This record gives sequence, structure tokens and C-alpha cells, in this order.
Amino acid sequence: MFSISGTPIDAARLQRELEDACVGAVVCFEGRVRDRNDGRAVDGLSYQAYDELAEAEGWRIVEEAHAKFAVERVVCVHRVGDLDLGEIAVWTGVSASHRAAAFDACRYVIDQVKARVPIWKREHYVEGTSEWLHP
Amino acid sequence: MKYRLLYFASLCDAAGRAEETIASDAGDVRALYAELAARHGFTFTPDRLRVAVNGAFTDWNHRLADNDEVVFLPPVSGG
Repeated sequence: MFSISGTPIDAARLQRELEDACVGAVVCFEGRVRDRNDGRAVDGLSYQAYDELAEAEGWRIVEEAHAKFAVERVVCVHRVGDLDLGEIAVWTGVSASHRAAAFDACRYVIDQVKARVPIWKREHYVEGTSEWLHP
Repeated sequence: MKYRLLYFASLCDAAGRAEETIASDAGDVRALYAELAARHGFTFTPDRLRVAVNGAFTDWNHRLADNDEVVFLPPVSGG
């Protein structure tokens, strides 16, 4: 599953969605708000999404992960709105019978989400300015 | 024809609005972007943007229909 969340991500709840009797490996990735980027001191981030297309593209990526790797469950949630330092911006979890597929699929999902899903990050700097990142 | 535009991130800042409905003679998305870039001072060239019509990604030669919802997507930065 893939979703956009306007409220804090509950990693423990999402991890329970990966449970299945046939699962022997669980890999989770948490992207968090850190206090620096490109040498500038950051004190928060804001994320904006084109919700309709972000959900559709996110689901496509999850379906691709199921097709490419021997995985059981794939879950990814991306936050929007204003986030403080340390908050989870994106959470990706994969369960599988074996670890190789779980690692590979988790990496695939987070890399594709960052590259393709229409979500934008605005960095707020300690010095008082802010700007959208368009790499 | 009338088109509904949604703006995100720095394009939203440049346009000074998150959405608008405009009347335009532009027949495809490339011509529509050129018109909007001139009006709002968008500095992205088309090769830096993706485009979506009615909630789905499409290409720059997409022919537009009356009341289409068009979104020009600046480079994404999720994660």
C-alpha cells in the first residue's frame, strides 16, 4: 500500500501491516528530518504533494516492487505538511521470505518514490529564510 | 477554451496562487506552458518539468480539450 499522510507517521503500526506467517525477513527504512543540508542549518521542512497523482504513482511503484521481487507485503507512507527535526518524512517497509528480496525491494521503493512521486520539500533555515528544493 | 491549472511548490510561489481557471487559445500543453511562463514569470524550461492532464502524466504534445485540468510539475524532492 501507498499513502500520503497529513499526520505523524506511526512506524510501529505500519510495521504490523507487514506481518504474515510466511515472512522471514522485514526491512524498514525511515527518512527523517535532519538539521543540516548542503552546509546550511535547517530547523524544519514542509512537504507538499499533488495528492491525486502522488497516490497513483506511489501505488504503481508498490506494484512494481511486487512484480520485480519475491516479497509478501510492501508499505510506503509519505508525510505532508510541516515537520520538525527528527520527524519521519517517509516510511517504507517490506516483508519477504528471505532478506535479499526484502532489502532490494525496500531500496527500490524509496529510490523510486524520491525520483518519481510528485512531492516537494521546502527547507526552513535557522537564519530565517526558506526555499523549495528542485534538484 | 478554458483550462484549470494547479500550481505546486515554486511554481505556486511564482504564480501567487495554487490554482486558476483561464481562457486560452493554446491547443497543446507546450503552447499553454509558454503562455503561462510569460504571464507568471516561470523560469523552468520545459525539459525540467513533467506535465499531467486530468490526473495522469502525459507528454508535451498532448492536445488539450475544453475544461482540462493541467499541472506542470517542477522537479520533485520527496523523501
